[in-house]
Amino acid sequence: MMKILAVETKLQLREWPGIAFTAGLPLALLLVLGSMPGFSEIKPELGGQSLNDTQMPAMMTMLALLTLAFTVLPTTLTAYRERGVLRRMSTTPVHPARVLAAQLVINLAIAALSTLLLIVCARLVLGTVPPRAPVAFALVYLLGTAALLAMGLVVAAILTNSKVAAPVGSVIMFPLMFVAGMWIPRELMSPVLRTIGDFSVAGPFAQALRDTWAGNAPQLPHLAVMAGGLLVFGGLAVRLFRWE
Amino acid sequence: MDLIEVTNLRKSYKDHVAVEDVSFSVEEGEIFGILGPNGAGKTTTVECVSGLRRRDGGQISVAGVDPGRDRDRLRRILGAQLQSSQLPDRIKVWEAMDLYASFYPDPADWPELLDLVGLTAKRNAMFAKLSGGQRQRLSVALALVGRPRVAVLDELTTGLDPQARRDVWELVERIRADGVTVLLVTHFMEEAERLCDRVALIDGGRVAAVDTPAGLVAAVDDEQEVSFRPSSPVDEAILLALPEVRAVERSGARLVVRGSGNLAPAVTLALAEHQIVPTDLRIEQANLDDAFLAITGKKLIP
Repeated sequence: MMKILAVETKLQLREWPGIAFTAGLPLALLLVLGSMPGFSEIKPELGGQSLNDTQMPAMMTMLALLTLAFTVLPTTLTAYRERGVLRRMSTTPVHPARVLAAQLVINLAIAALSTLLLIVCARLVLGTVPPRAPVAFALVYLLGTAALLAMGLVVAAILTNSKVAAPVGSVIMFPLMFVAGMWIPRELMSPVLRTIGDFSVAGPFAQALRDTWAGNAPQLPHLAVMAGGLLVFGGLAVRLFRWE
Repeated sequence: MDLIEVTNLRKSYKDHVAVEDVSFSVEEGEIFGILGPNGAGKTTTVECVSGLRRRDGGQISVAGVDPGRDRDRLRRILGAQLQSSQLPDRIKVWEAMDLYASFYPDPADWPELLDLVGLTAKRNAMFAKLSGGQRQRLSVALALVGRPRVAVLDELTTGLDPQARRDVWELVERIRADGVTVLLVTHFMEEAERLCDRVALIDGGRVAAVDTPAGLVAAVDDEQEVSFRPSSPVDEAILLALPEVRAVERSGARLVVRGSGNLAPAVTLALAEHQIVPTDLRIEQANLDDAFLAITGKKLIP
C-alpha cells in the first residue's frame, strides 16, 4: 500500500500545474480581494465581523476543497478507468480499491496543505486571526472534506468519460459554492435560500468552518448533515463505482 | 495433465450471447492460440479464464483453480496482458515494474525482466513517451512480473508496425522457452502460424476447430502452387510424371505447377536432375486464412 501511495503521489506531483492552480487560485483571490478597501471593515450585518475575519478565508478554503472533490478527483479516476489502469490492476493480487484509497489520501493531503498555506498567508498579509477553535476546526474540516470527496466519488462513479468529468464537476460545484455563501454571505441570504443551503453539505460545512474559525462550537444540525452526506454519498459511491 | 481446461463455456451480456459453447484445453508449456474475427468471443473467453468476468455456464480450471471461485489463487498463477489497457501517462517504466512487483509475494527480478523485453534503456522514460511496441513489451513484462505459470496475451500486436510485431513475437517465444504457458488471442493469421503450437478457431461464440496450424491447413486443402522461370526449356512430361504434380501450365516465361504433398521439393529435385535451375521460385500454399474460410465459411479479416 505504501508503494501505491508513493507512486500515486509522484504521479500527482508531476501534474503540479493543476495542483498549483487548485491551491493557488483561492489563495490569490483571498489576498487580492482581501486587500481591497472594505474587506477588513467591521460589518454589523455580518454580526460584527469583517469579510476577512471568517467569510473570505472559509469561502476560499471551500473553493479549493470543492475543486479537488469535483474536478481533480473525478478527472483522475475516470481517466484511470477509461485507460484500463484499474482493470489492469484487477489482474494482480492487489485490488484496485487501493489506488482509490491512495487517491483519497493524496487529495486530502493536498487539501490540508493548501488550507494551511491559506491560513498562514491570510494571517501574514491580511492579519486574519487563524481558527480560534483549532481542534473543532480540524474535526469539522475532516468531516466536511470527507463528505465532499464522497460526493466527488459518486461523480467519478457515474461518469465514463474523463473529458466531461471536469465540466460536469463544475456544474455541480458552482451551485454548491453559491448556497455555501461564496457570493452572498449566508447571513444576508433570504431564509428560503439559507434553508436550501442547510441541506447541501457545502452550506453546513462552510458555516461550521466559519463558526469554529470565530472560536464558536459548530452547530449540531450542520455536523449531522455533513455526517449524513458522508454516509449517503459514500454508500452510493461504493455501490455505483465500476472498475472498468 | 492439461494446465488449462475450458469445458462448454457460456457467457452472455445483456443484449447478446458472446460465448455460446467453447471448450479447449491447453498443455503446460505450449503457446495456445485463440484465433477468430472481431466479435467472435475470443476476448470474453480469455476474460473468463483470467477471472475478470463471471461465466454463465460451463467449467474452467487453471492448474486446478476455478477462476470464478478462487480469484486470489488464480491471480498468483496467471498474468494477463489485456487488450488496450494502459498505464498513467506520467508513470516511469521502472516505477510501473517496481509497483507491480510489489503486488506479488514472490515477484520476478524486474530489472532482469526489463532486459528480457528490451526496455532497460527506457527504464526512466514515462509511459506517454513510449512507442506502441515499447508499451506492449512493457505490458508483457508486467504480466510476467508475478512469475505466473500462465500468461494471457490479448491482441498483443494489434496496431504495431511489422518490425515491432516481430520483436514482440520473439519475446513471446522467449517467454515460452522460460517455461511459461501462453494463451494468445489474435485475429492475425500470420501471428498464429508463426507462434502457436496449437490453435482454436473461434467463430460466433463456438470453437470451429482445434489443431496445430499445419494440421488445420492440411485438413482443408492440400492444393499448392509452385511457379518459376526455368533456366532452360523444360519438357512438361518430366514434371507430370511426378506423383505430386497434377497440372502444369505456361504463363509467359513462367511455369506454373499445381499439385499436393511435398510439391516444391519434388519439382526442384526433378529439375535439378535435368540441370535446370528454377529462378524466381514462388510457392503458394493454403494458410490459416484459407483454413478459417473453409471451416467457417467466413473470412478472418473481412
